[in-house]
Amino acid sequence: MLNYLISGISLGSVYAIIALGYTMVYGIAKMLNFAHGDIIMVGGYAAFCASSYLGWPVPLCVLFSMMVCTILGIVIEKLAYKPLRNATSLAVLITAIGVSYFLQNIALLIWTSNPKAFPNMADFVPPIKLGDITIPSVTVITVAASVIIMIALTLFTGMTKMGKAMRAVSEDKGAAQLMGINVNATISTTFAIGSGLAAIAGVLLCSAYPTLMPTTGSMPGIKAFTAAVLGGIGSIPGAMLGGILLGVLEKFAQAYISTQLSDAIVFAALIVVLLVKPTGLLGKKITEKV
Amino acid sequence: MSNNPNETKYIEVPGPGKIPERDRGKRPVLEASHLGIDFGGLTAVDEFNIAIGATEIGGLIGPNGAGKTTVFNLLTKVYQPTRGVIMLDGKDTHGMNTTQANQAGIARTFQNIRLFDKLTVEENVKIGLHNSIGYHLPSAVLRLPRYWKEEKKAHDRALELLDIFDMADLADVRSSSLPYGAQRRLEIVRALATNPKVLLLDEPAAGMNPSETEELMNNIRKIRDTFNIAVLLIEHDMNLVMGICENIIVLNFGKIIAKGTPSEIQKNPKVIEAYLGNTAEGEEADV
Repeated sequence: MLNYLISGISLGSVYAIIALGYTMVYGIAKMLNFAHGDIIMVGGYAAFCASSYLGWPVPLCVLFSMMVCTILGIVIEKLAYKPLRNATSLAVLITAIGVSYFLQNIALLIWTSNPKAFPNMADFVPPIKLGDITIPSVTVITVAASVIIMIALTLFTGMTKMGKAMRAVSEDKGAAQLMGINVNATISTTFAIGSGLAAIAGVLLCSAYPTLMPTTGSMPGIKAFTAAVLGGIGSIPGAMLGGILLGVLEKFAQAYISTQLSDAIVFAALIVVLLVKPTGLLGKKITEKV
Repeated sequence: MSNNPNETKYIEVPGPGKIPERDRGKRPVLEASHLGIDFGGLTAVDEFNIAIGATEIGGLIGPNGAGKTTVFNLLTKVYQPTRGVIMLDGKDTHGMNTTQANQAGIARTFQNIRLFDKLTVEENVKIGLHNSIGYHLPSAVLRLPRYWKEEKKAHDRALELLDIFDMADLADVRSSSLPYGAQRRLEIVRALATNPKVLLLDEPAAGMNPSETEELMNNIRKIRDTFNIAVLLIEHDMNLVMGICENIIVLNFGKIIAKGTPSEIQKNPKVIEAYLGNTAEGEEADV
């Protein structure tokens, strides 16, 4: 029972980190970046290559992976989304799905569909033993990382000029621009941060579930999106709460109901929550200004 | 036309040169000539000419739908003009976007208040200060001394600006919970924070009572005097317009129908006609 809870929190923390990226990009650029999950996969491969082919130490691998993803995020935004800044949201959504398939197929070309065995990059921390329960090192690192990231993001958006600019852009792009805020640079920064977080999520996810394939990112990506919606998309604590709830729910469903049905149960939970509270658990009601 | 954006250029402004005595000899801070914009086949503004002196308070009036806000949108580059030139502090604004126009020295408020509702009063002002806060991402992430120093400076500056309207004690309030009049004042402070050379106010007195309007008039003068900037305002409250504007431009159907000092405008038959229709003989244009 407690074991399932721990592995649920661990999985949920990974979802939370991915969901934070989703929620940041949605909150500021008002778009659903469906390629976010695939950036996680690229992050995983980048860390894998740095570690297995180049033999770099873990911190360097993680940094390298973050750099690759940050640049990838900025490039994707520039090439694919920026030209559509004033297009309908449906056009942007379809483009995002296109980017997602593009990344998967590029990965397929480079690394083939054979799963790669990802090294555990979190084992520099000893597992914690509590009585007869052992908390694996990946779990310790994942939970710590997600909490640190959430606090850092909250501080960043609340206390820095870039963070404030992001919040201003998320509310009223036009007014922000007229106050001298460079909206393109702000959105670019948002993508950079979201993608950097995706890299961390990629490393942690692959450390916990060590098979790396071109489709590795897509399911966690969708789950994390669900988590972001569940918690209230656009809300940082909401993404965190949604992620952990979802992870725990998934693990319990696997353990007590059915492994095959666990995904269905997770999505059913989303439907129920959205029926009761359409803005998500911590989402605020959006009132349209007339 | 020269491609050097920094080159100082003068453009000829048709119509009587009515720049106030004290600003003559100095380059007008905002000049527009033959400005016009079409939406589809419809001409919204045409042949708009203006020259605002460095510390002038100008007024832009006209009946509803005359194109006043469209002019503001042209001057701040929300719309790109179909025809004409806008010079801002001697720089041609051709090809600039709104952000660049703001950085070149123009700031504005909005007819329907557009504050950042989820931000506090102080944070709204800090958005205006954004470009004058001198630190970059790394020092913010690493919390270097530079970050603290610059944030402190921005905080002090924000309070100083809020103090113009005695709003410093409201710094931590969410802007959406301010009363209406205070929201209008905050918009002015936020625009001032961008350090403009010319401030455009779109109906600053809308929804204010006479005593608030009186106070606003004093504050607009105070702003002009302390910051040494020009102000151009759109307003329907004739007491305010006639009370503080040195020059007034009257727009009707997208075209300038009169230019002049308040007393000239009040006597102008074309203006009276535009406001009251041509039957209103002898009545005052008190709209």
